[in-house]
Amino acid sequence: MDWGAVAAGLLTLAIYSFLYRDNPVYKFAESLLIGLSIGYALVTFWQTAILDKLVYPLFSHGQLLLIVPLLLGLMMFSRFSRRLGWLSRIPLALMIGAGAGSAIPAMLYERTLRQVSNSIQPLVTAGGQFNFSGLVVLVGLLSTLAYFYFSREHKGFLGSFAKIGTYFMMIFFGATFGYTVMSRMSTLIGRVDFLLTDFLHYLK
Amino acid sequence: MSSRIPLIVCLVAGLIMFLQYFSAHPVARAMFNQVNDWWQIIFAFTLFVGVAAFMNNSMRAIRRGKERPFKTVSLLALISMPLLAIIGGTKIGSPFLWTFDNLQAPMQATVFSLLAFFVASASFRGFRARNLQATILLVAALIVLLGRMPIMAYLSDTIPELTYWIQDYPSMAARRAILIGIGLGSMTTALRVILGLERTYLRGQ
Repeated sequence: MDWGAVAAGLLTLAIYSFLYRDNPVYKFAESLLIGLSIGYALVTFWQTAILDKLVYPLFSHGQLLLIVPLLLGLMMFSRFSRRLGWLSRIPLALMIGAGAGSAIPAMLYERTLRQVSNSIQPLVTAGGQFNFSGLVVLVGLLSTLAYFYFSREHKGFLGSFAKIGTYFMMIFFGATFGYTVMSRMSTLIGRVDFLLTDFLHYLK
Repeated sequence: MSSRIPLIVCLVAGLIMFLQYFSAHPVARAMFNQVNDWWQIIFAFTLFVGVAAFMNNSMRAIRRGKERPFKTVSLLALISMPLLAIIGGTKIGSPFLWTFDNLQAPMQATVFSLLAFFVASASFRGFRARNLQATILLVAALIVLLGRMPIMAYLSDTIPELTYWIQDYPSMAARRAILIGIGLGSMTTALRVILGLERTYLRGQ
């Protein structure tokens, strides 16, 4: 007997019992999932960050500069002290500052410049045909940006153009919603398939 | 002192990470990699602080008798994973990976799939064609829902093609505009953090 499939099947059913209502069986599975997830993250970070990036390079290769992040990391534990709690802000500041510093060029390139450049398409193709889809992208992009332009009151042309932007946003929200529902559905189908095939052996 | 040192650290770390982008010099690259490694090490320590706080809270709840069985299960599950990793390692076929594959991963997938029911129920209650915008939302969602069903490809090519066109053009246009807004907002916030104008992480000090 495949005990792994039995355990996975029982826990799957325990989680689906929430569809009836909140109950102790669901709460047991939920608590187990929380504990296992934290434990898994703990082991993963211990191996990939602490052992691979700190312990081995520091003690095996003598990279003494790594004492700095070690001390900064240990400072995080000062959060448990009222008197020394402020020390934990120093490693936190390094993380936030480094994250913010690398975010500026990344955001400028990925979220702004690349999005603009990808939206600029020729409206008339090399064969002389009109590119309707390109026009839709251009109007959709500009009108949605107009909706988020708050420096002027949305009246007249700007108001009408921003209104078109809301239609494009509704298409985006609707399409995203439909896509999300279908991705959840495919996961549900996967779980039901597992229950019927590997757990109950109804299907082969 | 308690806020000045973190502000200086934040400024220096932010400037290093920002300025390295403009240099391809090996020293700048090495500095970037070094700060990235430090970031990951400190992040791991913050995780350990979080785990310690979680264990502390769970122990307190167990002592008080509040949801004792469930807190005990959480705590035992948390301790069991590092113990399994110490005893049997983390390679393929180890008890640690068996627990992940047969307990954690199926439960995570099930919780994810549970949302299908709630999303369906919410859409049934929320989707009403009250005005033009709501109608457009409803129609776009329905077309994408139908177009993503495998059976539609057998019946007709029109709906699947329309689905891909909606996702690739009008939906993409609005998505790009929103991403541009997010990008500009994120850059502004990042700049405010580096310059010390945004101090939420210092509890406003």
